Amino acid sequence: MLTLQSYLTLGAIIFSIGVIGIVINRKNIIIIMMCIELLLIAVNFNFIAFSYFNQDLAGQIFVFFILTVAAAEAAIGLAILVALYRNKKTIDVQELNSLRN
Amino acid sequence: MLYQLSVLVLVVPLIGGILAGFLGKTTGKTFTNTVTIFSVLASFLISSYILYTILNQPDLIFNQNIYRWLEIGSYSFNIGLLIDNLTASMMVVVTFISLMVHIYSIGYMHDDPGYHRFFSYISLFTFAMLSLVMANNFLQLFFGWEAVGVMSYLLIGFWFTKESAIKANFKAFIINRVGDMFLLLGIALLFSLSGSLDYSTVFSSGPMINNQLFFITENLSVSALTLACILLFGGAMGKSAQMPLHVWLPDSMEGPTPISALIHAATMVTAGVFMLARMSPLFELSESALSFVLIIGSITAITTGLLGLVQFDIKRVIAYSTLSQLGYMVVAAGVSAYSASLFHLMTHAFFKALLFLAAGSVIVALHHEQDIRNMGGLRKRLPVTYTTSLIGTLALIGFPGFSGFFSKDALIEAVAHSTVYAHEFAYYCVLIGVFVTSLYSFRLLFIVFHGPLSEHNNNVQEPQLSIVLPLILLSIPSVFVAWPTVGPMVFDSFFSNSIVQPTSIELFGYEFTDSLHFLTHALSGPVTYIAISGIGVAYLFYIKQPEIPNKLALTFKPIYKLLREKYYFDYLYENILAKFFSSLGNSLWNLGDIKFIDNYIVNGTARKIESLSNKAQLLQSGYIYHYALMMMLGLSVFLGWVIINKIGMAS
Repeated sequence: MLTLQSYLTLGAIIFSIGVIGIVINRKNIIIIMMCIELLLIAVNFNFIAFSYFNQDLAGQIFVFFILTVAAAEAAIGLAILVALYRNKKTIDVQELNSLRN
Repeated sequence: MLYQLSVLVLVVPLIGGILAGFLGKTTGKTFTNTVTIFSVLASFLISSYILYTILNQPDLIFNQNIYRWLEIGSYSFNIGLLIDNLTASMMVVVTFISLMVHIYSIGYMHDDPGYHRFFSYISLFTFAMLSLVMANNFLQLFFGWEAVGVMSYLLIGFWFTKESAIKANFKAFIINRVGDMFLLLGIALLFSLSGSLDYSTVFSSGPMINNQLFFITENLSVSALTLACILLFGGAMGKSAQMPLHVWLPDSMEGPTPISALIHAATMVTAGVFMLARMSPLFELSESALSFVLIIGSITAITTGLLGLVQFDIKRVIAYSTLSQLGYMVVAAGVSAYSASLFHLMTHAFFKALLFLAAGSVIVALHHEQDIRNMGGLRKRLPVTYTTSLIGTLALIGFPGFSGFFSKDALIEAVAHSTVYAHEFAYYCVLIGVFVTSLYSFRLLFIVFHGPLSEHNNNVQEPQLSIVLPLILLSIPSVFVAWPTVGPMVFDSFFSNSIVQPTSIELFGYEFTDSLHFLTHALSGPVTYIAISGIGVAYLFYIKQPEIPNKLALTFKPIYKLLREKYYFDYLYENILAKFFSSLGNSLWNLGDIKFIDNYIVNGTARKIESLSNKAQLLQSGYIYHYALMMMLGLSVFLGWVIINKIGMAS
């Protein structure tokens, strides 16, 4: 029998993978966006787990909303990425440090 | 009625001065001197009317506030007028001398490019002096005190392109600052003790203050009133040029001669003496303060007189004479004879203004020559100036019958009958002072007007009417003013509503009947004989055998040098005190200001912020993943904190 704890552990593992992916990624901005999606997925996973074990459907409804917003966000993110590529001719995070200075 | 008139006396010279100052340059000389002379004339006439009125109706005397200037908590500071016999007589003297000097200046300053500036200044000075005299509280006294100081500063440095004039006005200003600081401390002490600055309140709480002690340290204390009186007198020492703050007055002769007559002989320098008389209810309570006043006054009277013997500048001789006479006035205040002190102030104002203006007349006639060694035999060329100078000189030495005799004789009589500590010392000082006075006065007169007339002075002639007229007008009071006034002012109760002093019998040991009878007093006391012997010695030295003074100077060379160097006071001030203070100031500037404040506090703050922000800049890598990490870390720290708190509360 799967307990709540195992679901939460899986969620935490996915979340950590997302964080680590953002921090140690030195190459591609798309990977960062994918990692952000991973973070959202981990959170959604927790929502569903809690919703199931608490017998409350509200959590699962939240997940629908979050997924919708996340899809829109990803679309905007990719659009920015395209614009960025047109300007800078690169999507390498090592070179995108114009926030400094 | 009297109240409105008093305000008018004060305001009219102010308006005259402002008009002359702002419009004088465009409207020309006639406008300038007309507006100022008429304003001072109006002031003089109204003052005379006020004096006349309150002499006939003593109950018209008033002490009234015009305007509340400032209120702090329960303390209020007012602008007010106090008109009593002392004020009214000072007002008449000040405005009269000022009027004479205004008229004189038409001729004396005729070709000067600063004509309107000069008239504006002397009118403003008259206003300042009147507000000092008419004040009914310490604050206004202090305002007048500083305002006359400023006008004196501006007028000493009137010819501001001359370096010596600039130095002299600086010196006068700085040394007066020393005195003014004492005055301010004295006023502050009285304010803290009595809680008010009004004369009437402070004077009525005098006996209460007298019992209080002022603790300098834990164990060392002095009577608060004595301290306050000595501090006030410190102010008088600066303004009235008493030893050792006298050094500015001889140098102030750099200013135009009318100024020397008005400010540095007749009016401003007597402000200290006036203040002593005004503060008599306080000084009378403190014998130690009176002794201090007496000692300083007698030292000044004798030592500065001696300096007059070795000067060759015509104005400086008279300046030292002024110092010495101021010493006499202070001595009289020291033995509680304030009426004699004020009386000497008044007669001195007339004859010293006369002497200065006569000296100015000689200077104009000789085309701005001031060295008496280049003069001589001028009495035939300048008969009016000679006669008036002679009158002034006789009045100065106290020759029987002249106004100076009455004031000086009463004054010395008061010293002789005094019982204050150091009165014997003071008595000998003033007696020797009489001899010295007549010696230097007649030395000046003989050298300038007698002897052979030198070649280049052959076609010298009397200056224009506006210069000669004030001399004649001033020589009248120099002779006669004392005859009707000595009885009421010195011996009777003229000042009884403004001054606290012992009865005249206690003071002078002499029952006054009339002036003529007082004149015979000259024969019984030593003063007249001493004065006449001074004339004799001067005659011997400077007419009969003019080589004697040089021989004496050679024989007593160290003494002569000491006198020529003015007792090394200037040397002491310049080379020791000024050096000490400027090096102190320099080191404070270097250490405190540049090193500590500028370098450490002002620039140091900026430097610290710069270095800190340089370090903080290292955090800003510009990489998105660094920022993301920061956000994560921040979030987890915050969450962790919330969770730990929750656990803590639950358990």
